[in-house]
Amino acid sequence: MSLSIAGTELGSQLFLGTGGLPHLSLLEPVLYAARPALVTVSVRRTSGLAPGGLLDTLIRSGVPLLPNTAGCTSAREAVLTAQLAREALDTSWVKLEVIGDETSLMPDAVELLDAAETLVRDGFVVLPYTTDDPVLVRRLQDVGCAAVMPLGSPIGSGLGILNPHAIESVVAAVSVPVVLDAGVGTASDAALAMELGCAAVLAATAVTRADDPVAMARALRLGVEAGAAAYAAGRIPRRTTARASSPVSGRIG
Amino acid sequence: MTIVLNGSTHAGAATVADLIEVHLGARAPRGVAVAVDGEVVPRDRWPRTQLDEGAVVEVVTAVQGG
Repeated sequence: MSLSIAGTELGSQLFLGTGGLPHLSLLEPVLYAARPALVTVSVRRTSGLAPGGLLDTLIRSGVPLLPNTAGCTSAREAVLTAQLAREALDTSWVKLEVIGDETSLMPDAVELLDAAETLVRDGFVVLPYTTDDPVLVRRLQDVGCAAVMPLGSPIGSGLGILNPHAIESVVAAVSVPVVLDAGVGTASDAALAMELGCAAVLAATAVTRADDPVAMARALRLGVEAGAAAYAAGRIPRRTTARASSPVSGRIG
Repeated sequence: MTIVLNGSTHAGAATVADLIEVHLGARAPRGVAVAVDGEVVPRDRWPRTQLDEGAVVEVVTAVQGG
């Protein structure tokens, strides 16, 4: 399986978020177990630089960084955050988040589209975190986003994919890669995303807040691989009645 | 002279590079970006970007996040 975004071949179909790890010392073994294509980071005010910190570990791992604009609530704020991330981390890729509600952490569609358009014009490779709305993802694709990242359920909830049909509609609506973002709680959620036709899965909390983050990182990698393989294999149609798999003829009696 | 650094009033500095040296202990630390009055100042312009009275400066770096 391979994944290409904006002409760049990525080595895996799992993206990993770093938020929530209890100890930074877990990051290296988690990255080794997950083998992610990209790893996300946030951008925040700093008053000092700790040597051997997050950035050193990530650079040593060689995994490409995907900065996010988490916490931004307006297009203006998200655009400046993305521009700062590009300058700090030397990448024009951005996971664009513009949050419209502090309780649900749902994206603000209007501000999101505005920010996406501005950032694409400014040369960014934009991967927007979006609702599972086929109309909005098409609009995001139309303004030049390189992928779309619909939510399976609210950020950090671990509720999995609450509306599989909506994710399928999103996959059908766009030609850019669809990356399931948010809501993944365990390996079967990641597998389902891939079975629905997603090109990749982003998981953060599912790994970082698991009892054993390293073991869960491996489980999610395997879940993504299994789901992608099943999607490629083509599942049987669902039936409402049984269909015997053993021969009907030749029975005794 | 004072400026607003990461949301708090702070003693000013002649240039962005001077401010970063005082604030972070290095003139060009890796993984850091600066915006002055809402505009990113590229690293190579830090030494010649002067800070005016009341300038609003943001200094950021990467942290763990999803």
